[in-house]
Amino acid sequence: MKMASSAAFDIERVRRDFPILSQQVYDKPLAYFDSAASAQKPTAVIEAIKHTYETEYANVHRGVHYMSQKATDAMEAARETIRAFINAASEREIIFVRGATEGINLVADCWGRQNLKPGSEIILSQMEHHSNIVPWQLIAERTGAIIKVVPVNDAGELEMDAYEDLLGDRTAMVSLTHVSNALGTITPMAEIVRLAHARGVPVLVDGCQAIPHLPVDVQALDADFYVFSGHKLYGPSGIGVLYGKEVLLDAMPPYQGGGEMIDLVTFEKTTYADLPFKFEAGTPHIAGVIALGTAIDYITGLGLEKIAAHEDDLLAYGTEQLGKINSLRFVGTAADKTAILSFVLDDVHPHDIGTILDREGVAVRTGHHCAQPIMERYDIAATVRASIGLYNTREEIDVLVTALGRVQEIFGS
Amino acid sequence: MSTGLSDLYQEVILDHSRHPRNFGAAESANRQARGNNPLCGDRVTVYLAVDGDHINDARFDARGCAISIASASMMTEMIKGNTVAQAKSLFDRFHTLVASDAGESGESNGDLDEDMAELASLSGVRAFPTRIKCATLAWHAMSAALDGADDDVKTE
Repeated sequence: MKMASSAAFDIERVRRDFPILSQQVYDKPLAYFDSAASAQKPTAVIEAIKHTYETEYANVHRGVHYMSQKATDAMEAARETIRAFINAASEREIIFVRGATEGINLVADCWGRQNLKPGSEIILSQMEHHSNIVPWQLIAERTGAIIKVVPVNDAGELEMDAYEDLLGDRTAMVSLTHVSNALGTITPMAEIVRLAHARGVPVLVDGCQAIPHLPVDVQALDADFYVFSGHKLYGPSGIGVLYGKEVLLDAMPPYQGGGEMIDLVTFEKTTYADLPFKFEAGTPHIAGVIALGTAIDYITGLGLEKIAAHEDDLLAYGTEQLGKINSLRFVGTAADKTAILSFVLDDVHPHDIGTILDREGVAVRTGHHCAQPIMERYDIAATVRASIGLYNTREEIDVLVTALGRVQEIFGS
Repeated sequence: MSTGLSDLYQEVILDHSRHPRNFGAAESANRQARGNNPLCGDRVTVYLAVDGDHINDARFDARGCAISIASASMMTEMIKGNTVAQAKSLFDRFHTLVASDAGESGESNGDLDEDMAELASLSGVRAFPTRIKCATLAWHAMSAALDGADDDVKTE
């Protein structure tokens, strides 16, 4: 048995923190390579949800009673944890949403309604997830705005020259991914923001795939909006974060109306609550917020640098081992990438590969990864995507390689 | 092979997927319909030459997995020369075979005619619920082509 990983990171101990990883599927140990779709949860997160409902649960922000105050304190403590994690300037800039999708829809809708005119241009890239395409199409239809697309080169890197050329007088918004979910490419976000700001254009960053793997400092990036989902960060599903600069959020109209987001309501006029509550209509996912705070504490406890080093080791090892398979072709070979091994095999469709790997206990994602435009770019319908989480091991990569051998046996390739 | 894979990837299926019959657009076709599987991006177009009540020719074009290609290939072989009613009846029986609980208890082999016996090679997908739509995609497109539907059919 080879050493699992670098000595600095006790992978066996980390794996024990994730109860689901000890499961067997089809009598095989589970090798979970689908964290980019959704990450598994450590015991601390599962316990945080249980603890909330057992000891500190009530509705937040309006009860005068003890339990309501306790729940409010716990939820607002989590907001502070999240603020510190991404180094936002203020808790008022941390808006809780259901996930990154809702965060982008919120900005497209609220910011877009106010700022987009016929002919305004929104810059996206060829490798965006559908959730960073469709909300902009919806608001473009309503406002007459136009979508411009930054192309991606053969390796899966943004064509920065083309991006610069697209930035023009009509550019109203740049909305780009920090890490491609289909390819693993890390985009040069600080440079992207710098070029946009030079023309006075705000930037929304889709940070879903970046936040579990890279340290994110929204002030250093100077991002205007940054969105991510809790469930990809080892937290619960149904909770996500929209970061926005206070000056921008202040100027935007509310997203949804309801309780919690008001200051004073009469039938003549309603005034809205201050940030962040203006954008948090209705009872939030209280336990989800608290458990997301716990997930972040868990990750920072392990150390983001150690996690990144472990994952980079697995990415390099996986690239080397999978690269030995003759009929395998990687999709996404950017010089700067993280945590994603996306590939196709000659003559075997990704769905058939996925089914065979599944019966070997290996969970991968097969399909277009909600990023059909980038599949079109490479003239393929789908890829196999093995995505790496902090709990994966070199041994699991070996299992993946062996399972791909089974595919070749069955298909005789 | 273990865990149902040998039932799913039978030799006849692999053969049809590697060497699909009636593959490519048909010039004589007067009916066609496209099927999309939005889950995986797979597409199939079925071309039919229908004269009155008879299907004189059936061909297909597809981008998809082994199961969807094999199923489309077998289908075109079987419905060629069928009446419209026969083709629809075959679809119903095939759907029951691969997708329904009734198919689970199943008709006994003795009840199956020749076509159904060959199609039974696809019944292995019952153990793979996420793959049933792969097997039925071309059939939905065929049915839509017979109905003269304008819209693409989706598996969702």
